[in-house]
Amino acid sequence: MIPHDMPSSRELVESVREWLERDVLTGTTGRLQFHARVAINVLAMVERELAVGAEQAAAHQARLDALGCADEAELAAKIRTGELDGDLDRVRELVWASVRDKLSVANPKYLEP
Amino acid sequence: MSTPPANGQRNGPSNGSATERLAAQLSSVLDGAEVTDLVRLSGGASRETWRFTAHGDAADGAGTRPLILQRQRAGDGRDMGVEASVLRAAGAAGMPVAQVVASGTGDDSPLEASFMVMTAVEGETIARKILRDDEYAEARRVLPAQLGAALAQLHAIPVDAAPGLVEQDQIAYYRGVMDTLGQPHPTFELAFRWLEQHRPTSPRTTIVHGDFRLGNVIVGPDGLRAVLDWELAHLGDPMEDLGWLCVKAWRFGSRLPVAGVGEYRQLFEAYEAAGGGRVDPDEARWWEVLGTLKWGIMCILQCSAHMNGFSRSHELAAIGRRVCENEHDLFLALEGRW
Repeated sequence: MIPHDMPSSRELVESVREWLERDVLTGTTGRLQFHARVAINVLAMVERELAVGAEQAAAHQARLDALGCADEAELAAKIRTGELDGDLDRVRELVWASVRDKLSVANPKYLEP
Repeated sequence: MSTPPANGQRNGPSNGSATERLAAQLSSVLDGAEVTDLVRLSGGASRETWRFTAHGDAADGAGTRPLILQRQRAGDGRDMGVEASVLRAAGAAGMPVAQVVASGTGDDSPLEASFMVMTAVEGETIARKILRDDEYAEARRVLPAQLGAALAQLHAIPVDAAPGLVEQDQIAYYRGVMDTLGQPHPTFELAFRWLEQHRPTSPRTTIVHGDFRLGNVIVGPDGLRAVLDWELAHLGDPMEDLGWLCVKAWRFGSRLPVAGVGEYRQLFEAYEAAGGGRVDPDEARWWEVLGTLKWGIMCILQCSAHMNGFSRSHELAAIGRRVCENEHDLFLALEGRW
């Protein structure tokens, strides 16, 4: 449990994103409007991460465990040294799953065919 | 880069006296031609770009013409003189490029830094406009062949035509960059391993542009007008330029693999027809995979500029979260090829 009152962090971020969309985007042009659009995308990304972050963290850790690695750094090092060469199909399958999780937060449209 | 170019945008108010001083310096390197309308177009981390009009410069038969100045910033160790010599060699070989009018290198140059003055070529550089606007429909039709022919012309230039260009092993170089950044990526390690195990067996060595793609070319309604941005030129396998041109990021959302305007076969056939030599599609693909990996690492680098305080910006920060797009592209490019 967290001690904070309403709104949640996700709802706070959402409120700022809505303000950017409603007032800032419509009241700006050119470079400033472009940067407002980037800010909206960033906040939407944070909202998605806050929604699925815990679940994704658990899934990612389970994949690392399955490959006998404590973290990404160990997995990357073992791929480089060839230690996982006998199991590369599985390595690729699990790394691919993590990449899809990252994209589902960073830019879900990219996953559309 | 993925951000909109700053073309046509004046970055901040110029200090009047500094601009006047630059105009006087430009006049001195253009045999006393009068310099007017001097405006800064963009200011990158390593160089400034200015546009101006020269009246009465001797090389132009004392006429009036628009010119472009590129001036290097202090602290950038690259030698713009090498770039100027490559650009001159490319022009001599018949490639569509801006003509170098004057150049100088080092702190004792008349402009207090390395510089190049080039003819201004009219046209569009913004990729999304070239790919979408009706005005460029005919350009899109002819670009695949024009891009292939231009690369064939470049790769036919003798390597000693532009002294000072160097060759380096890109896998070793980018592995080093990754290690310096300290953000390990398993997907990139899988790609590095694939690249090492599938290296092209008999690469040629030619002059390579190094950043040949939409965004770095000027296009008119009639097609390709000039190839720009030669600062990454080096010696290497000519297939590097063909592969880079096909990297997914440089399709800017289009489904067509070659610069977002054409099919692989159109590029390869035009390249071969213009004397570029036979293209092995698998070798071009190898370079496309390396290019995709390189662009991913460059995204980490851009994000690092924010993270390390060099240039605080939410735009740069957000690019860090685009690295997974490159990882996704690598998996797609290597599907069925592992």
